[in-house]
Amino acid sequence: MSSELAFSLRGVGAAVSGSFALRDVSFELPTGYVMGLMGANGAGKTTAIRCLLGMRGFETGEIELLGHRVPGPVALRQDVGVVLHRTYFVGDWRLAEVERALRPFYDRWDRARYRQLLADFGLDLRARVKDLSRGMAVKLMIAVALSHQARLLVFDEPTSGLDPATRDELAGIIGDFLLDEGHSVLFSTHITSDLDRIGDYLTLIHEGRIAATGTKDEILDAYRVVRGGPDDLSEPVGVQLIGLRRTPAGTQALVRTGEAGLLSGDVLVEAPTLEEIAVHIGARANRRDPHPGASGGTSRRPRPDVGRQDRGSSMSARETA
Amino acid sequence: MRVVLSNSAGVPLYQQIKEQVGTAILSGELAEGSALPSVRALARDLRISIITTTRAYADLAAEGFIATVPGKGAYVLPLDSALVREQLLRQVEDGLQAALDAARRAGLQREDLIEILDGLIHAEQDAVR
Repeated sequence: MSSELAFSLRGVGAAVSGSFALRDVSFELPTGYVMGLMGANGAGKTTAIRCLLGMRGFETGEIELLGHRVPGPVALRQDVGVVLHRTYFVGDWRLAEVERALRPFYDRWDRARYRQLLADFGLDLRARVKDLSRGMAVKLMIAVALSHQARLLVFDEPTSGLDPATRDELAGIIGDFLLDEGHSVLFSTHITSDLDRIGDYLTLIHEGRIAATGTKDEILDAYRVVRGGPDDLSEPVGVQLIGLRRTPAGTQALVRTGEAGLLSGDVLVEAPTLEEIAVHIGARANRRDPHPGASGGTSRRPRPDVGRQDRGSSMSARETA
Repeated sequence: MRVVLSNSAGVPLYQQIKEQVGTAILSGELAEGSALPSVRALARDLRISIITTTRAYADLAAEGFIATVPGKGAYVLPLDSALVREQLLRQVEDGLQAALDAARRAGLQREDLIEILDGLIHAEQDAVR
């Protein structure tokens, strides 16, 4: 039943604090696939995940999770496994006690599976939660999620702080989970090498808005990276330069593929890596003025000093070009 | 099944899979009826996305190399299907074209080429005996 959606967010808006909010956030994942949620620190990844899981409210839009409107029935929790960047278990618990504490909350808790997973992951039932390394704690949370037979796994930055070997192991665990076509995975990260390979779908979030969402190939196709000399790329007509970086040695920026043809011929235009897309889209965040959002409205949203054209004039410039 | 992916080949991953599996089938390394790993198992084992392996298998199926059974996996089709024959013919043409290009540069005539081809065929027959 892969035609169904594992989840969808449509036009979600949520005020987080005076200076930050999710605005008109829409993305969805078909059942059976992996989506990476990518963005710089503070871009809104965790807030979007918390809205999706019903862990916080939202003011506008609607969210569906495994066929239910969020906030859904309490039973929905049975079907979702959450792996956060730190465990939500009591530090003094031994892993056997973790099971005893959690089991009553889940109808389909599979005791043998929990023990088997701990053995597979190299975790000792007698170990205490507080003594686990980062990687082991992540594996424990995965073991719990798989033991209550979740259909959707949601990871919030599972790979930050993990060594490459453990990250690869995690990719294998996710692969095992996805052997069942009814299973889906959402994970947020800012380490793009993880997504380069296993991600089917990608959503880029930036300053509380969706910068791009689609299959990984669609996103890679949507952008081009351009490189030129130090004086190149000054005010190209009809082209928005995303995250332009100018140094005495040269200039580099991301452009939309449809606009790349408008650049003069002496710059190098190439297909970007995900890392380059993340760097350039994320770079705009670092150029914000010291008091972002102080003026309230989105029209004053900080934009890079190098873009020079707002979207409107860029569009009209393209039409006349 | 052996699939070796290169990150620096400049060839999309799905195409690398498709070419390697296709070559293995044409060379007989993967025999008719052999089971291939499922799309999802292959994605897991290669640490790549499901969409990528799905696309590789879909292309292989469209070219008549394999048949996929939803929920089960895929297996190698008999080589005599018309589509595969077309593939092989194209390879023969490509190979002969390359030979022709080299022959022109070497100044070889039609008779020389035919002689070389005959020689190769005889050598192969001798090797079989």
